[in-house]
Amino acid sequence: MSGPVADVAPAAASGLRRVRRNYTPYLLLLPGMAWLVVFFVVPMLSLGSQSLQTGTVDTGYVLTWHLQTYVDALSRFWPHFLRSIVFAGTATVLTLLLAYPLAYFMAQRSGRWKNFLLVLVIAPFFTSFLIRTLAWQTILTDNGPVAALARSTHVTDLLQWVHLTSNDSLMNSRFAVICGLTYNFLPFMILPLYANLERLDHSLVEAAGDLYATPIQTFWKVIWPLSLPGVVGGTLLTFIPAAGDFINSRLLGNTQTVMIGQVIDSEFLRVQDYSTAAALSFVLMLIIVVIVAVYVRRAGTEELV
Amino acid sequence: MTEETSGDLRLTGVTKTYDSFTAVDQLDLVIPRGSFFALLGPSGCGKTTTLRMVAGLDQPTIGQIWIGDRDITETKAYQRNVNTVFQSYALFPHLSILDNVAFGLRRRKVSDHKAKAMEALELVQLAHIAKKKPGQLSGGMQQRVALARAIVNRPDVLLLDEPLGALDLKLRRQMQIELKQIQSEVGLTFVHVTHDQEEAMTMADTIAVMNSGRLEQVGDPATLYEHPKSTFVANFLGQSNLLEATVTSRAGTTAELDVHGVNLRLPVDRLADGTSALWLGVRPEKLRLVGPTDGGGADDNRLTGVVTDASFTGLATNYLVRLPWGQELMVVQQNDGSLPAARGAQVTLGWAAEHGFALDADQDAHAGAQDQADDSGAT
Amino acid sequence: MRWIRAHLVGIAGLLVLGYLLLPNLVVIVFSFNKPNGNYNYEWQRFSTDAWTNPCGTPGICDSLGLSLRIGLIATLVSTILGTMVAFAVGRHRFRGRSSTNLLIFLPMATPEVVMGSSLLTLFIAMGIAPGSTTILIAHILFCLSFVVVTVKSRIASLDPRLEQAAADLFANPFQAFVRVTLPLVAPGIAAGGLLAFSLSFDDYIITNFNASPSSVTFPMFVWGAAQRGTPVQINVIGTVMFLAALVLVASGQLISNRRARTAA
Repeated sequence: MSGPVADVAPAAASGLRRVRRNYTPYLLLLPGMAWLVVFFVVPMLSLGSQSLQTGTVDTGYVLTWHLQTYVDALSRFWPHFLRSIVFAGTATVLTLLLAYPLAYFMAQRSGRWKNFLLVLVIAPFFTSFLIRTLAWQTILTDNGPVAALARSTHVTDLLQWVHLTSNDSLMNSRFAVICGLTYNFLPFMILPLYANLERLDHSLVEAAGDLYATPIQTFWKVIWPLSLPGVVGGTLLTFIPAAGDFINSRLLGNTQTVMIGQVIDSEFLRVQDYSTAAALSFVLMLIIVVIVAVYVRRAGTEELV
Repeated sequence: MTEETSGDLRLTGVTKTYDSFTAVDQLDLVIPRGSFFALLGPSGCGKTTTLRMVAGLDQPTIGQIWIGDRDITETKAYQRNVNTVFQSYALFPHLSILDNVAFGLRRRKVSDHKAKAMEALELVQLAHIAKKKPGQLSGGMQQRVALARAIVNRPDVLLLDEPLGALDLKLRRQMQIELKQIQSEVGLTFVHVTHDQEEAMTMADTIAVMNSGRLEQVGDPATLYEHPKSTFVANFLGQSNLLEATVTSRAGTTAELDVHGVNLRLPVDRLADGTSALWLGVRPEKLRLVGPTDGGGADDNRLTGVVTDASFTGLATNYLVRLPWGQELMVVQQNDGSLPAARGAQVTLGWAAEHGFALDADQDAHAGAQDQADDSGAT
Repeated sequence: MRWIRAHLVGIAGLLVLGYLLLPNLVVIVFSFNKPNGNYNYEWQRFSTDAWTNPCGTPGICDSLGLSLRIGLIATLVSTILGTMVAFAVGRHRFRGRSSTNLLIFLPMATPEVVMGSSLLTLFIAMGIAPGSTTILIAHILFCLSFVVVTVKSRIASLDPRLEQAAADLFANPFQAFVRVTLPLVAPGIAAGGLLAFSLSFDDYIITNFNASPSSVTFPMFVWGAAQRGTPVQINVIGTVMFLAALVLVASGQLISNRRARTAA
C-alpha cells in the first residue's frame, strides 16, 4: 500500500481543517427579525420621537425635544398610572392565589383527568375575550342572581365599606374591574405554573413528609421554592398585559376606574394629542422594561423564550 | 451494496483536539476487513470520538481515514459507506420499524428496499413487528432493530457504539453471542466500542485498548490478557497482582528475581534486554493455595501470607492475602471442592513461573485499575 | 370533615375551574335568550331566534369574514417566519443570539396599547392609511414571537442524535430535515399556528389603533355593539367559537395521547 506512507507530507500540510462559516442561521433569521425590526423597533423609536414633538394633527408635528410634554402628561395622569399598577398588581396576586391550587391539582393529583382538565383550561382562552368579558356584565348585573346573593349575604355592604363598589351594585365598580382582570389572565398564570409543577418530582414531597414536615411546611419549604420559575413566568405574563389593559375597566368600571391604557387610547384616537399619548405610552413601556430587566438580570435571556 | 473499494479500515495519524483538550492523539490503526474488532477503554479515552470520526459525524483535526485505497477523510457522513448502531438506538419515532430499517436503502434509491428490509428483520428475528413503531418496543428489541437498520445497507464498516449498555445482564450476554453469529454470517467488518472488557474479550477477534486518546496495545484477547505490555492493560483487562522485583540473574531459560527478599522465577524471554527493575505480574486465577506438603515443580513460585478476606461467589472464592511487606494479593480459587481458607489463616500461594509477566518498573502500578464496585464482570 | 381537608387542593382547584368556565356558560345560556331591549343582560325567555338567524345583525358576518381572512393570512406568514427564526435560535450558535432572544421576547412583554399606538405613529409617519393592510401587518408582528416560543420549545425536546442517525444512513442535510426533523417538529408548528390564529382573531386593542371605519373586524364589531346594544348573535358566535375550540384542543390532546401511548 503506497497510500499512507506517501501521503505523510501532504497530511501534515493539510493540517488543521478549517471550519466553514455557517451562514444558515443568519439566513433563517433574516425575514422574521427584519419584520420585528421594521414593525416593532422602528415604531418604538418613532413613538419616542413622537413624544418629543410638538404640533397638532392639522398643522403637523416637529421634533422639538419638548420634554415638558412628559412633565405635563405625568402630572395630569399619574393617578391613572398608579391605579393601573395597583389594579394589575392586585389582579396578579389574586390570579396567583387562584391559579396555584388548580395548577397543582392538575399537575399532581388529577391522574387520568389531567388532559381533560387541560382542555377545559385552554379552550376558553381561544374564545373571544371581549365576549367573555361582556358575559361578566351579565353575571354581575344588578337584577341577576349573583348580585342578589351578594346583597342578601351583605357581601355588597362589605365591598362598599372598602370602597370597592358603590350604589349597592356589583357592576361598574373597582370590584368588577379587578374581577374581570383576574378572570382574563387566569390561563396565563395557570399554564406556566402547570408546566412547572408537572415536572415536580412527587418523591420530593414524600421525602419531606418522611422527614417530619407538615403539609404546610412541605409547601413552603419544598413545593413553593421549586415552583418559583413558573410563578415568575406567570406573574410577568399576567402583570404586564394587565397594566396596559383598558377593556376591563371600560366594560366593567366607571369614571373612577379609568386606567392608563384607556387614557392612551383616548389621547390618541379622540383627543388626538399624539405627543402626550406617545409620552404616556413611553413611560408605561419604560416601567415594564425596568421590571423585565430585573427579571432578565436574574434568569438570563434563554429563560425568556 | 458491494463496492470495489471495500478493504481494510485504516487510521493514520488521526488526532482530534478541542481547544486545549486532546481527545485522540496520533492514532494509527489497521482494522482488517471482515474482522470483529473492539475498541476498548474507560470513559473519556477517546474511543467514541474515534468511532464518530470513522462514521463521519466528527472530523479529525489531523490525520486520515482510509477504506482500502480510498481516503474517506473528507467525505461527508451521508456519503460514506459506513453505518452506525447508536448507543441510544436513535430509531426514528415517527416511522414504522420497516420504514426505519429501509431508511438507508431508500436514500440510496435501492429498488427492492422493502424486501431487503424484511430480510434484515428476519436476520434479527423481528420480522413479525415490522408494522409497529419504536415506542412500542422493549430496549432489547429496539437494539436489534437498530442493528438491522445498519446491517441492511451492507456497509464497508459497521460501527457499534456501546450498543449493549442499556440492556440487563442476561439480555446482554445473549446479544453478545447473537452479534458474533450475525457478524460471521454476514461477513462485514464490525468495529465495536465498549468499556466492558469482558464483552470485548467475548466478542472480538482483535482488541485495541485505548487510554487518554492513545493506543495502549492491540492484539487478540488471549495475547492481551496473558501478555499485557503495560500496567494499564494488565489492570484494565481482568485484574493483576503486581510485585516489585529486581533481576538477580539470567541463567539459561529462567530468570531469577528478588521480590522483597523472596526468590521468584520468570521465563527469561519475558524480560526486555537490559532490564534490572520490573513489575512482576501474575493473574489472580493463576495463584493457588498450596498445602504444606505440596512441593511443586522446580519452576513453581511460592509466597506466604495471611488471609484478610475470603468471599464465596459460587463459582469461586475470592481471597485477599496480605504478604509480609504489607501488599495484598488477589487470589481467585475456583470452586473445585477444595476446602476454603478462613480469614486470619496463614497460607502459602503458588504459581507456575511461566504464568508471570513483566512490565516496566517506571509504569504506574495502578493505571487502568477499576473500583471494586464496578467490577461486575471481572473475575 | 377529614375528607374535605384531604381534598382541599382538589376542591379549591375545581372551584377555580368553575370560575374560569362560568362566563363561557353564561355566553352559551344567553345565546338562547330573547331580550326585551338592546342589551342582553337579563334573562327574558327562551328562544332560538339568534341561532336560526346568525347573520341577522347587519355587519356581523362581514366582520367575521374579515377577521377570518386576516387571521388565516397572519397565521400563515407568522408561522413560516416564526418557524424559521425558531430553528435559527434553537439549533445554531451565533453571535448576537442573546440579543435576538431578547428582541423576540420584547413584543410579548409590551402592553398592547403601546404596541398598537407605536405602529400607528409609524404608519402616520410613513403616510400609510390605516385599513386591512395595516391590521394584517400588526397581527403578523405580535403573532411572530408566540410562534417562535412554541416551535422553539418543540425543537428543544428533539433528540439531535436522530439527525445524526439520518446522516449515518445516507440522508443529506436536506433529506434529513424533510424526513426526520420536520415530521417531529410538526406538532409544535401546528400548535404555534393555532396560537397565532387565536391571537389574531381575538385581538381588539392593536387592531383598533390600526383600523379604519371600513375595516371592521369581529372584535371591533363586538366592541361597537357593546356601546350600542349587544345582539344575541354575538353569543351565538361566541358559543360556536367555544365549541370549536373545545373540539380542536380535545382532538389535539387525543392525537398527542395516542402518540405518547405508542411511545411508552
